[in-house]
Amino acid sequence: MSVDLSQFHQVFFEESYEGLDVMESALLNIDLSNIDEETINEIFRAAHSIKGGSGTFGFMEIAGFTHVVETLLDLIRSDQFVMEPDHVDLFLRSVDCIRTMINQLESGETCDMEIADELKVAFELLLDGDQISGVSSDADVSNGGAQEENIGAKGWQIYFKPELDILRTGNDPVRMFRELSELGELSTSAVTDEIPPISSIDPEACYMAWNLTLLGGATEEQVNEVFEWVVDDSELTITPLLSGEERGEDEPEAVKVKESAATEMSKSALEPVKETVVEEPSELQISTATAAKKTMVNTPTVKKEAKTESASIRVGTDKIDDLINMVGELVITQSMLSELGKDFAIENMPKLMEGLEQLGMHTRELQENVMRIRMLPISFAFSRFPRLVHDMSKNLNKKVELVLLGETTELDKTVMERIGDPLVHLVRNSLDHGLELPEKRLELGKNETGKITLNAFHQGGNIIIQIIDDGAGLNKERILSKAIENGLVTGNEHLTDEQINDLIFLPGFSTAESVTDISGRGVGMDVVRRNIQELNGSVEVESTEGEGSIFTIRLPLTLAILDGQLINVGEQVYIFPLVSIVESIQSHDQMIHRVSGGCDVLRLRNEYIPIIRLWEVFNVKPEYETVEDGLLVIVEGDNIKVAVLVDDLLAQQQVVIKSIRENYRTVNGVSGATILGDGTVSLILDISGLIKLAGVGRDSYKKINESNDNEAA
Amino acid sequence: MATILAVDDSASMRQMVSFTLKGAGYDVIEAEDGQKALDKAKVSSVDLVLTDVNMPVMDGIELVRNLRTLSDYKFTPILMLTTESAGDKKMEGKSAGATGWLVKPFNPEQLLATIKKVMG
Repeated sequence: MSVDLSQFHQVFFEESYEGLDVMESALLNIDLSNIDEETINEIFRAAHSIKGGSGTFGFMEIAGFTHVVETLLDLIRSDQFVMEPDHVDLFLRSVDCIRTMINQLESGETCDMEIADELKVAFELLLDGDQISGVSSDADVSNGGAQEENIGAKGWQIYFKPELDILRTGNDPVRMFRELSELGELSTSAVTDEIPPISSIDPEACYMAWNLTLLGGATEEQVNEVFEWVVDDSELTITPLLSGEERGEDEPEAVKVKESAATEMSKSALEPVKETVVEEPSELQISTATAAKKTMVNTPTVKKEAKTESASIRVGTDKIDDLINMVGELVITQSMLSELGKDFAIENMPKLMEGLEQLGMHTRELQENVMRIRMLPISFAFSRFPRLVHDMSKNLNKKVELVLLGETTELDKTVMERIGDPLVHLVRNSLDHGLELPEKRLELGKNETGKITLNAFHQGGNIIIQIIDDGAGLNKERILSKAIENGLVTGNEHLTDEQINDLIFLPGFSTAESVTDISGRGVGMDVVRRNIQELNGSVEVESTEGEGSIFTIRLPLTLAILDGQLINVGEQVYIFPLVSIVESIQSHDQMIHRVSGGCDVLRLRNEYIPIIRLWEVFNVKPEYETVEDGLLVIVEGDNIKVAVLVDDLLAQQQVVIKSIRENYRTVNGVSGATILGDGTVSLILDISGLIKLAGVGRDSYKKINESNDNEAA
Repeated sequence: MATILAVDDSASMRQMVSFTLKGAGYDVIEAEDGQKALDKAKVSSVDLVLTDVNMPVMDGIELVRNLRTLSDYKFTPILMLTTESAGDKKMEGKSAGATGWLVKPFNPEQLLATIKKVMG
């Protein structure tokens, strides 16, 4: 039977990444003055598993490198080596190195061994030369040594006296004899001399010994292999039957040996036993090395397949069990309904209603639980930060304490994958621009060690992620002057603190006086905001000068489902994401102002809000053309509020988002589509796109508020 | 058909072992550490135990020791999956009552050959 090992590669990659994460966080938490046994065991186990798995699945590059890592860890674990800060860094670099290698293998590339070789040299310097045997040197053993020396032998004479406890280890002489008989013609004769009198017999002990004669071309290696597990505790002598003997003569010869065997051979046994013990490891090594070679040859074909493999997700069995339960409920409800439908009488109406209600409930539960499958704890995204902060604070000479809160908060896998980079950017930003240097902090009467907190929690169908630092906070004056300098705002407008802080998210804004290695990577806060908005989320900043900043990211729990507000314009039904709706109002004359440039604005509580007529933008026929007749839905996108004129508000419901881009092409102002209960397709509106489409972007928003300010003045 | 209890904290190894054994017609029970294996062994009838050595919660050697105290598992073959560098572990396992070992890395063919050695 041949098993295609490549089917397990993906699982191996994933568990290796997890193992590396475990290693990394344990290494970062390690207290060198008082190394916790379990921590070092944890690191060792992770490295050990990666080594074992990579060997099994034929990734010898990783197995070879992990071997030296593991060897040193083993020495540390057994207190034969004292770990110092430099070694922690070496291990951390190895973690990175293995991660890169796995990454390369996962994408079907060959491993870049440059760093691995470099690190390996460092490890070898730390280790005594002779301690690095195992995989690396095993691979060097040529299989030339594997030739059997006893080809000429006609067979083997074996004396085997197992230890008394052999049966209690699950070994069974009969089983071994059966195995031997597969190698050739076997004759056995039991030596029963040492069986004690029946009164003192232990029924579970084995008092017998055997003389065996094996005829045929079996090699000594093969014979040894049969006794591999018991050789250390047993008396075993294997002597070749002299060559040149005729087959027919073998039998009496063997019998002769048998006669004297019990006494003589057990005496002379000592020497040959030693011999077999010594030989064994080298044979073992050879067999593993050839096995390794075999699998290595296979890898090129395997790699191609790995590329096409789709990403998998590991789901807790409790989630699956819940699902199965729920499907069971659903099936029961379904059969109840179909029973009811067989010959439906009107008096069964209440029953039908009840059934439908149940169906609705189960469907909802099922939906929620299916969503939970894709949910992973945010610790997956948070886990990289201890390392990042560790490395960065070292580079910047800052002292930083990182606090992670709400790590078990669950989030959709796709959202998680896409929020990683923006999060990294924000944390980098806080570390680089937010936190002050230790001296400065002391001067200001703050704790020398700055604090960055990552906090995640659920709030009304959203997940909130906060990046909180106790650094300098945003410098509003500098932001404002920079914004004026860059022409993002004019000097004579009234901006609230919030609005000023928000300027940092505008394209082309950067206050960093010099571009540092850390955050000056050509990506600004505008990209952070855009990335988050692509996920239907938002990002805001609150800041108090001298006390720190709080960046708050708000994200939907999943990208597949949206809480929507259905609205209609004429016969068309559109959907607003519920999160973007601020309020809905019925306007009257006095609230509407017409400003130069042909744009109507709504004056609402001293704020001027541009009006967008949805029928105009999408060119559909509405029921109400004028603002006075219809309803105004105030929505917010890109931190701009607009009032959208619609005919009516319909239901609020969860809708399943279908991509328009994938099925058709990108449509401005529309983020997706969904299918409603009656089967019609409804478009989901993208507020920021809509604002651009209607041409009431920030500029006109600014102009409106300016001109009105002037009017007021 | 014979039932094999496969114990390993690595999911990929467990999958590989389980897939191989099932393909050869064995029933397989999986466990991810020694404690879970022990719990499962107590409530099911297992003909052979295949266990990793390095595992969290309860390691393979402790598992062997514990299994041997159960009357149902006094003579049951227990094989350890060890790495070639862990020579002392083999001996430790043997004295705890393990039947034998299979050296990692191994391929499915080697696994089946070893199982066959014990199960016939």
